[in-house]
Amino acid sequence: MSTSEFQSQPDRPPPNFQTGWVKWFRDNLFSSPFNTFLTIVAVYLLYLTLPWILQWAIFEADWVGTTREACETTDGQPRYGIGACWVFISVRFNQIIYGFYPPELQWRPNIIAILLIVLLTGLLLKGVKHKQWIGAFTLIGFPIIAGILIHGGLFGLEVVDTDQWGGLMLTLILSWVGIIASLPIGTALALGRRSQMPIVRTCSIVYIEFWRGVPLITVLFMASVMLPLFLPEGTEFDKLIRCFIGIVLFQSAYMAEVVRGGLQAIPKGQYEAADALGLSYWEKMNLIVLPQALKIVIPGIVNTFIALFKDTTLVYIVGLIEMLHILQIAGRDSEWIGFDTEGYVFAALLFWIFCYSMSHYSQSLEKKLHTGHKR
Amino acid sequence: MTESTAKQEAYIITIREMHKWYGQFHVLKDINLSVEKGERIVICGPSGSGKSTMIRCINRLEEHQQGQIIIDGIELTSDVKHIEKIRSEVGMVFQHFNLFPHLTVLENLVLAPIWVRKVPRKEAEETGMTYLERVKIPEQALKYPGQLSGGQQQRVAIARSLCMNPKVMLFDEPTSALDPEMISEVLDVMVQLAEEGMTMLCVTHEMGFAKKVANRVIFMDAGQIVEENEPHEFFNNPQSDRTKLFLSQIIQH
Repeated sequence: MSTSEFQSQPDRPPPNFQTGWVKWFRDNLFSSPFNTFLTIVAVYLLYLTLPWILQWAIFEADWVGTTREACETTDGQPRYGIGACWVFISVRFNQIIYGFYPPELQWRPNIIAILLIVLLTGLLLKGVKHKQWIGAFTLIGFPIIAGILIHGGLFGLEVVDTDQWGGLMLTLILSWVGIIASLPIGTALALGRRSQMPIVRTCSIVYIEFWRGVPLITVLFMASVMLPLFLPEGTEFDKLIRCFIGIVLFQSAYMAEVVRGGLQAIPKGQYEAADALGLSYWEKMNLIVLPQALKIVIPGIVNTFIALFKDTTLVYIVGLIEMLHILQIAGRDSEWIGFDTEGYVFAALLFWIFCYSMSHYSQSLEKKLHTGHKR
Repeated sequence: MTESTAKQEAYIITIREMHKWYGQFHVLKDINLSVEKGERIVICGPSGSGKSTMIRCINRLEEHQQGQIIIDGIELTSDVKHIEKIRSEVGMVFQHFNLFPHLTVLENLVLAPIWVRKVPRKEAEETGMTYLERVKIPEQALKYPGQLSGGQQQRVAIARSLCMNPKVMLFDEPTSALDPEMISEVLDVMVQLAEEGMTMLCVTHEMGFAKKVANRVIFMDAGQIVEENEPHEFFNNPQSDRTKLFLSQIIQH
């Protein structure tokens, strides 16, 4: 017999220095002389700043009490300027969350918050059934219920005027409405901009380029100051609704361009295959093109959401008192002068928690929707 | 009924004096072609000769500017209802498969039957599985296209078209993007389909396939049909010099 049978070599484990923390350190911290240098500099900077930050924010900070004196004395002895005064935050906590919403009615936003947490948990946990219905309810049913319950006026609920809404609650409401309205409108605009029909395309382009060309602060200012001048005498538009409209008009233009980027990334073959099977335009878009395009641009969409979330702070210009503005006002209180730093740090922390959660969720969503087609 | 209209009814595809331009460029010139039910036609020719463009005109992926295309008695015009009707009757297999990467293999198969034909999901899935068995990959039903080899993807693409129960199948270079070892598994499926009596128009460079299953071979160059003949005559006794040159070039290697 002259033929030999082919046998592949048995697999061997990789060499030791290729695994475990040794590999991690080599790859990430000391992969080249320059990277080693950067690692040392970074460690030195942390050594300089971290102890001081921890001391200020945690170890030397004052946590309990109800008045300014709690922060300025230790065991009856006066002392200044070592640690943060979180008492300032805890005293103002209710306002930071609810604004000037009447305390005896705060159970209403509380119920909404609990409902939202339940819905989001349902969406995030694995193995929950009928997620598409939970999702649809979160996007459509939930805002209606939230609006009725927080505003009141129906079913014998006492009306709480939007002037009294504020704080984190208002920040979340503004961004929630902005997010759920701007995504569908933006998607429609993106499709419009790529449409074969000249009128639809032109309208979409004009809309997108107009709203992208003006700053949000101008839009809000126009909505609150200029708009009433053009409307007939006596027509009253709620200030908050004007802000909703301004934010949605503005953000949907940005969203449109993000989604358009995704649409352009879909190969022509996908459109042709859908056409060749006899799918109509809307079937083709809803079943084939948009699911793929939106998945590609999840990072861009969430980027826009995060920007929107932070942009809601601009509504202070029309006199709505969202979270950051509450802290600014609190810092000007003569009783608490000198504690703005704590206020801003706390606001930054809250913003960071929400933004980071969104970013984290988007990454897990990308992983979940990944179907192994990347090459 | 005159004899010519009776004859016309036997044809599932009739193309008459069809022309197409890309801007100023005249891509298809005076194409005349009639295809009977159950006929297998192989279209070959050098690249850029317009063969893909011609079969893409048949389901309106490309628009023709002059002449007539009639499929199963319906004329292809800009009427969207006609186009959708014709597309649902004409299956197409692409060079690059064009499976939907965000759907599983089975979802790829049942999508069009459910949305276009309004078949109940359960029934569509049963049909889908029988076609997957025919292309010999039922075990891949729940995988995503990205997890399959090229040959498997192309077989799924063929099954996807068959699920619509088409009257005609168009193949646009179905094996050109495949690794050599995967070509035969796709050709086997196509041969089997031909033996079952499917009407097929196939743009391909696989001359073995043409000899084996085609009733007619069409040679195109510069946007025109240069020669058409039954395969034995076509390969052994080509009429035009252009065909002779082409055949000598592909047989050399």
